Amino acid sequence: MSKYLIRRVLQLVVVSFVISVLAFLLVHLLPGDPSTIILGPNDTAANRATLLKQLGLNDPLWQQYLTWLGAVFHGNLGTSYLNHESVTHILATGAPVDLELIIISQTIAFSVAVPLALLVSRRPNRPLDNVATTSTFGMLALPPFVVAPILVAIFAVGLGWFPATGYVPFTQNPATNIHDMILPSVAITAGSIAVYFRLLRSDLISTLQQDFITMARSKGLSGRRIMWRHAFRPSSFSLLAAAGINIGALIAGTFVVELLFAIPGIGYSLVLAVNQRDYLVVQGIALVVAIAYVTIQFIIDFIFTIVDPRVVRE
Amino acid sequence: MPDDRELLDTGASAQLLGDRFPGMAATDEQVVAMQSEKLDSDDILQKRPFGFLFWFALTWIAIVFLAAIFANLLPLQNPNYQNYSALSQGPSSAHLLGTDDLGRDLLARLIFGARVSLIVGFFGVGIGLLVGGTAGLVSGYKGGRLDVALNAGSFIILAFPAIVAVIAIVTFWGQSLLHITIILGIATIPLMFRVIRASSLSFAQRDFVVAAKTMGATDTRIVLREILPNVIPVTVTFSLITVAGIIVIEGTLAFLGLSVNLPTPSWGNLINEGTANNALSTDPYIMLWPAMSMFLLLWSINLIGDRLRQRFDIREGLL
Repeated sequence: MSKYLIRRVLQLVVVSFVISVLAFLLVHLLPGDPSTIILGPNDTAANRATLLKQLGLNDPLWQQYLTWLGAVFHGNLGTSYLNHESVTHILATGAPVDLELIIISQTIAFSVAVPLALLVSRRPNRPLDNVATTSTFGMLALPPFVVAPILVAIFAVGLGWFPATGYVPFTQNPATNIHDMILPSVAITAGSIAVYFRLLRSDLISTLQQDFITMARSKGLSGRRIMWRHAFRPSSFSLLAAAGINIGALIAGTFVVELLFAIPGIGYSLVLAVNQRDYLVVQGIALVVAIAYVTIQFIIDFIFTIVDPRVVRE
Repeated sequence: MPDDRELLDTGASAQLLGDRFPGMAATDEQVVAMQSEKLDSDDILQKRPFGFLFWFALTWIAIVFLAAIFANLLPLQNPNYQNYSALSQGPSSAHLLGTDDLGRDLLARLIFGARVSLIVGFFGVGIGLLVGGTAGLVSGYKGGRLDVALNAGSFIILAFPAIVAVIAIVTFWGQSLLHITIILGIATIPLMFRVIRASSLSFAQRDFVVAAKTMGATDTRIVLREILPNVIPVTVTFSLITVAGIIVIEGTLAFLGLSVNLPTPSWGNLINEGTANNALSTDPYIMLWPAMSMFLLLWSINLIGDRLRQRFDIREGLL
């Protein structure tokens, strides 16, 4: 067990290092520099050169990288060239918003997909199963930028149940905050429901044909107990793996709903920073989002070892 | 009779079962017996023809393709022409879907907008196939150090959330259709590599490849004549899923205002325009037409991919 964990942690460290290089190069190898944005297009070449020197943008790339990385290890991701806001502050205010969106949407996705899959997989190809399978297949074709405006048109503009835009911090008014977050969270949920339901359903159908299920049935266990205690765990491996991979799509989804619902998350800051060539902000956000992403995958791998101890032995 | 895949499939789970509970692994006869009672939807669909929905999906894709290709020949207005005497009009004989707040014809913008999705989706996957697919085919067959390195590399690249990289690169490099197609195409390379490598690897050890080797066939010949034909089903199915995937990413970028520059229409930015300036309450149809078209296109591509997957006997888990 510990050997497996050590190997995975080492992998995580290597991947994080490569991510830091990629995040750095991503921004520095691309054309354009921030001097035009800071000084405006009409400033003199001399001023421009002084500025580039001040910002350290004339140093060799490796030196800039090491300076940046050294600061990162001290918890300093730099400050925005434009409004002098620190990158850690931007992340500290934006990240909780995105995290809340993702947590609400995944809670909805699992609480719809898991019971539905457990319900229909006992009697596959009956009308209920066909309805569930067909409708979740449709949900695969509903990315957030398609479904979010439709939800707003129906539930905010038409019925007026939810606000079309607006955000109140959780600490200020939890009830309003959750109410405001429901529509954007639902908008990024469709794809997750579809993927989780389809994987769990097909795995459950094959698990239910195994001998130990017949055995449990012949012992006279109730259907519900068989589904939850005996069939669910051995069928949940693909589900877990998919949940990890899905985080990438969710990040893109949060960017869309942030824009549509005017929610101040990370995506909004990222798009803004990219447009203004705000190197350190883009670099910092790319680094933190990517590392959060691989860390989540690492945690899911760890949960895997609990659900399926065979992973460690291999 | 159950087909090979089902035998393999249940065989594998019987194997796993045996690992966990010694003595419980099913014999082949038991597997066959289990199979004959099996009620998986895949089994039934396989024996059926493709079905109405498949042809419906194919028809929709054909319509979108033809409209996009021949958009210039169709009796449409210039999608970027702003007719100030026809602002925000509802459907009429002159403008079948009406006009937007700048007086541009919505039908023309919808049809010309399809071009962006299709070009990015299909040419992007083409790039991924050409580079990632070829590398995966050879790497899976040859193995060795290069294979280990490429495999690890693709893992690391896939650990980076694509949308962040794509947003940064697109904005710095310039938002043209060519750039977006190339960037999204490159983003699919590691995906294509992994799937095709896995498939190629699974055939590299098979008897017919060993036989070809024994008969003195060159590596090139084995890859092209023995491995490639077997890898094609997985490739086609996975490519279709990936086409839908990049169309979604392009749509997301366009919605964020980071895809092709305005006023060039794309379904993503049309949906975005349909949500701007209170348009959702005054005229929700501006948003609804591109949203519906996008939904139908993605649904059709997914459906065709799924039906082909069932036909080719590929397990969903492999993709």
